[in-house]
Amino acid sequence: MSNETLKEGAARYKAGVLPYKKMGYWQPDYQVKDTDLLAMFRITPHAGHDPEEVAAAVAGESSTATWTVVWTDRLTACEMYRAKAYRVDPVPNTGEGTKTEAQFFAYIAYELDLFEGGSIANLTASIIGNVFGMKAVKALRLEDMRIPVAYLKTFQGPATGVIVERERLDKFGRPLLGATTKPKLGLSGRNYGRVVYEGLKGGLDFMKDDENINSQAFMHWRDRFLYCMDAVNKASAATGEVKGHYLNVTAGTMEEMYKRAEFAKSLGSVIIMIDLVIGYTAIQSMAIWARQNDMILHLHRAGNSTYSRQKNHGMNFRVICKWMRMAGVDHIHAGTVVGKLEGDPAMIKGFYDTLLDDHTPQNLEHGLFFEQDWASLNKCMPVASGGIHAGQMHQLLTYLGDDVVLQFGGGTIGHPDGIQAGAQANRVALEAMVLARNEGRDIWNEGPQILLDAAKWCSPLRAAIDTWKDITFNYESTDTADFVPTATTSF
Amino acid sequence: MMTNPNGIVTQGQFSFLPPLTDEQITKQLKYALSKGWATSVEYTDDPHPRNTYWEMFGPPMFDLKDPAGILMEINNCRKTFPNHYIRVMAFSSVRGVESPTMSYIVNRPKNEPGFGLVRQEADGRNIRYTIHSYATDKPEGERY
Repeated sequence: MSNETLKEGAARYKAGVLPYKKMGYWQPDYQVKDTDLLAMFRITPHAGHDPEEVAAAVAGESSTATWTVVWTDRLTACEMYRAKAYRVDPVPNTGEGTKTEAQFFAYIAYELDLFEGGSIANLTASIIGNVFGMKAVKALRLEDMRIPVAYLKTFQGPATGVIVERERLDKFGRPLLGATTKPKLGLSGRNYGRVVYEGLKGGLDFMKDDENINSQAFMHWRDRFLYCMDAVNKASAATGEVKGHYLNVTAGTMEEMYKRAEFAKSLGSVIIMIDLVIGYTAIQSMAIWARQNDMILHLHRAGNSTYSRQKNHGMNFRVICKWMRMAGVDHIHAGTVVGKLEGDPAMIKGFYDTLLDDHTPQNLEHGLFFEQDWASLNKCMPVASGGIHAGQMHQLLTYLGDDVVLQFGGGTIGHPDGIQAGAQANRVALEAMVLARNEGRDIWNEGPQILLDAAKWCSPLRAAIDTWKDITFNYESTDTADFVPTATTSF
Repeated sequence: MMTNPNGIVTQGQFSFLPPLTDEQITKQLKYALSKGWATSVEYTDDPHPRNTYWEMFGPPMFDLKDPAGILMEINNCRKTFPNHYIRVMAFSSVRGVESPTMSYIVNRPKNEPGFGLVRQEADGRNIRYTIHSYATDKPEGERY
């Protein structure tokens, strides 16, 4: 009885404090509507506390509630505006008898009218606004969201999208190749452009500014843009291919970012870049600018690991992927599986599907808790960057598929025979592997042999394999699936 | 003479590999057919990186499901335009793609002079770039 929602009326609105469950934020028999936004949180209650009450508190604080009863609710259609926690499941392998304290998956439904159309800022102010600091939860993590079609249709989505990006670049049927200019800090504009030219002429499609290269004392932004675009155009003439360099326009103000973006456009750049740290509203503004100016918009996920990496608190990166596809970026770094940065293969598959699918089915093993219809929103190209090299090409192509930018920074610039040779090694490895895959060969197992065969006529690939053959990054991932496939007996 | 690693125009999926044999092309045609994609053959003597519309050697072969028949069209094109760039493309009509899905060069001129970069000095230190194909100084059909 004490758990039941109090009926609307005088008793419900008597001044004082009520449990959130009693205030209407826990409705286990709620029927989810197609137009509802759904969110799934991983909650860690304080020892001995009722997980349903904690779920109701999260629903309450992320929608209409405050800590005490207020009579002004009665001036509104308050039952509609209240978010409803409708399901709480124990998280597998937590709680008694395990090394992890008890956690629960709490599902919450939000009425569409709670949110302003076309505003990631408004959406997130509710969903991750206050609740993560509530004393009532020991730890809280936003695991996934289902965005209704009605709400998606209020967003522009990726400025260019994977399909149009490929058409503009005239590159089809293979992953794109890129590299981040290194060292990321300290090069003068002239020296920096040298690295860009060598990488592109050698065979890469893109070069890239790093996240923290903006306009420092050693190289002001206009110098970088001018030298890089000379390198891009010279490499394009040298190869007959469309080439690009992600010019990072991240700056302290919107006015300054627009100014830098306009300059990039005036120089004929096909792509600009921003960092996640500029904030959701700035990202949306730049996406609108990019759509209006025929520009591909690359997003570096600088800062995300501060809140996405730990399993019990923060938010899962798949939610960032959803929000960024809505916000309108064309590229986002989404993991490599085999490189130096965090990434469990099943989880990364979930991120890639979220960015590229027209319709994503529920898939618990990939961490996708909800079915998601993408309502014809453009696709966002995942970028794999960090500690990858030519010798892993068969693994990269198997795990990540064709729609990805493979970024070999160290794996290009660190090549013993120079940057052009490094780029050539990567391009040959990629084309040899795509050719073999299309021919129906088992590249997962035959991959090393395919690379060695190509290395017989391509000495830069030979040198790359010899240099990096033993380099792997085998660390246990922290963000892993809670659900593993159950082995079935075959008869 | 082009001075990039291969000394040739590197558009398409497989320009960094040795020229594809007919047997290798057949396997790629089979791959496209297995995906339900229509193949087309296109040729040009203007390989500018932003020259999107190469001439069609007939429309995409939506109804031809035999890789040997498609290869015959490729070889007909090679016979007709032995010194042109010829590319094979595949098209997907699936909603969400509706765009080319493959593109690879199967024939090229014996000599590829490449491109010059024309720099027009503009205001301040700005430069306006034009990528100029040496071959297109001559009329169509007389370039290679």
